[in-house]
Amino acid sequence: MKLNNTKRKNLLTYAVVTVCYAVFQMLSLGGNLSSTLKGMLVPICAYVVMAISLNLTVGVLGELSLGHAGFMSVGAFMGVTAAISLQNVIVSAPLRLAIALIVGAVFAGIVGFLVGIPVLRLNGDYLAIVTLAFGEIIKSVFNNLYLGLDSRGFRLSLLEDRTNLHEDGRLIIAGPMGIGGIEKIASFTAGFVLILICLAVIFHLVNSRHGRAIMAIRDNRIAAESVGLPVTRYKMMAFVTSAAMAGAAGALFALNYSTVVANKFDFNTSILVLVFVVFGGLGNMLGSIIAAATLTILPEALRGFSNYRMLIYAIVLVLVMLASNNEQLRSMLSRIIPKRKEHTHDA
Amino acid sequence: MSFLNYLISGISLGSIYAIIALGYTMVYGIAKMLNFAHGDVIMVGAYVCFFAAAKYNLPPAIGILAAVLVCTTLGIVIEKLAYKPLRQATSLAVLITAIGVSYFLQNAALLLWSSSPKVFPNFFAQQTVNEAGKKIKITGFQLFGGQLRISYVTLVTIAACLVIMAALLLFINHTKLGKAMRACSEDKGAAQLMGINVDATISLTFAIGSGLAAVAGVLLCSAYPTLVPTTGSMPGIKAFTAAVFGGIGSIPGALLGGLLLGVIEIMAKAYISTQMSDAVVFLVLIVVLLVKPAGLLGKKVREKV
Repeated sequence: MKLNNTKRKNLLTYAVVTVCYAVFQMLSLGGNLSSTLKGMLVPICAYVVMAISLNLTVGVLGELSLGHAGFMSVGAFMGVTAAISLQNVIVSAPLRLAIALIVGAVFAGIVGFLVGIPVLRLNGDYLAIVTLAFGEIIKSVFNNLYLGLDSRGFRLSLLEDRTNLHEDGRLIIAGPMGIGGIEKIASFTAGFVLILICLAVIFHLVNSRHGRAIMAIRDNRIAAESVGLPVTRYKMMAFVTSAAMAGAAGALFALNYSTVVANKFDFNTSILVLVFVVFGGLGNMLGSIIAAATLTILPEALRGFSNYRMLIYAIVLVLVMLASNNEQLRSMLSRIIPKRKEHTHDA
Repeated sequence: MSFLNYLISGISLGSIYAIIALGYTMVYGIAKMLNFAHGDVIMVGAYVCFFAAAKYNLPPAIGILAAVLVCTTLGIVIEKLAYKPLRQATSLAVLITAIGVSYFLQNAALLLWSSSPKVFPNFFAQQTVNEAGKKIKITGFQLFGGQLRISYVTLVTIAACLVIMAALLLFINHTKLGKAMRACSEDKGAAQLMGINVDATISLTFAIGSGLAAVAGVLLCSAYPTLVPTTGSMPGIKAFTAAVFGGIGSIPGALLGGLLLGVIEIMAKAYISTQMSDAVVFLVLIVVLLVKPAGLLGKKVREKV
């Protein structure tokens, strides 16, 4: 019974994503989509992947991460670097995009592993502040990193440009200037495929033996440890998976623009993604997807209010949090929709 | 001698961080929440003081007083409207609400006072007339034949930090209200049973924290005089780091964390690299937390099974 429910919910998630993709793709091909919304399709996909990957850390693993944008940054810079270096080798854009996403995911996964070694030894708010610190460090490093490519291979330098490239070389990452002149190869379809892959990975992980172990650690770390679960290894598994997905999202995001700078992936971006996760509900992937898509479109939809839109966004944020935690409102809702209570128990 | 110069400016910046960190640490100690809107209260305080001094030509003391009053009220109102209904909610819900309040304050400031930077006046300068008969402002004095320069702002900042710290420690350790605050931070339920008004005590904590934020805002903008609606966010994050660094919940810890963070930041800027100073600061934080997971002066709480 319980398994059936989970399965039904997972299928529903896939279905919603697919239907949304089909509708938007048709609207876009039919030319019924405004150019701003059309330009937002890929970023929405990237933010959806960011949200579901952070939900794996915050909702399933139960650890607050305030530096998720750091992994997005690693994925963006490494993915774009890969795409640029392979520009003359691989002609097919979709293949280059796929390789860029994989490279972004691998590098972000490695960084996630390195960050995870110290981070996962801590708990609670201290863990949160250290992830914040790592996010800021990653931002600082990319702001001061120079990476060039010439006939001798990759040349790397920190703080100032000492790459001494040959004539044929190209400076790819130019410190605070970031990467410029990116060929925009990201597409809505690629974003859709990435979302599906990430969903499949997360659902399989959560419904496996490992996933149950991870959730047991979330619910009671001491009890999980006492029955012999290797806590750090499972935490690391969830954390690295989450970081790798954020890396792929970052690569997708960056390949949608002609330039990318490190300051784009700062603390505010991490917070933005965290807002998606909490809004959508912890551990609820469909919720994250809907929240990420809605809240990315919302500021655009509020453009009619021009200057007041971010103010309205802030007020909506606070009001939703207050309403969703209001006991009276909750009991009223559960009286109107009696099923709702059962549902939350299953989820 | 340049080392001494850097050290003094580090201590001065650290004092500002310490005053902000006090707000974080007190609120965390009593309400167990990360008040991300704290940095923006600093910004509001600085704006109030700026308008009082620059637009209405009020004396600086009145400007600072106005800033403290406005921020204290703001702190209480935020607590009542946004945080109090969430007393029983999960810490994440409270965190997101705090972020919402922070967005609100930043965007309200953007609408009210526009994004164009304001140049904060220097209150701590002496008007004198030089040999040529022109009016000039002296912002500090020099020692050892001009090798060591100390500005008045630096002195005032350090003095203010010490006075605030001493007053706060006296208040918390030797008054009835302070005792109530300590009781609430230890066990809210038990405190309520002992007849302590927990809600009022939490409000008081927010009031003190926000009042201190106003002072910090004025001092911060006196030292770094560019004022924009996002002025408070980076010092806010740094001060939060300082609070964790010293052991969140501990008041001497906030002082120690703030001072160390300020000195490390200035030293890293001077001797390592200007652009990478933030990275150095955060790296030190990580190393400290790995060695002492509860911060420098934090109490290690044993987990009970």
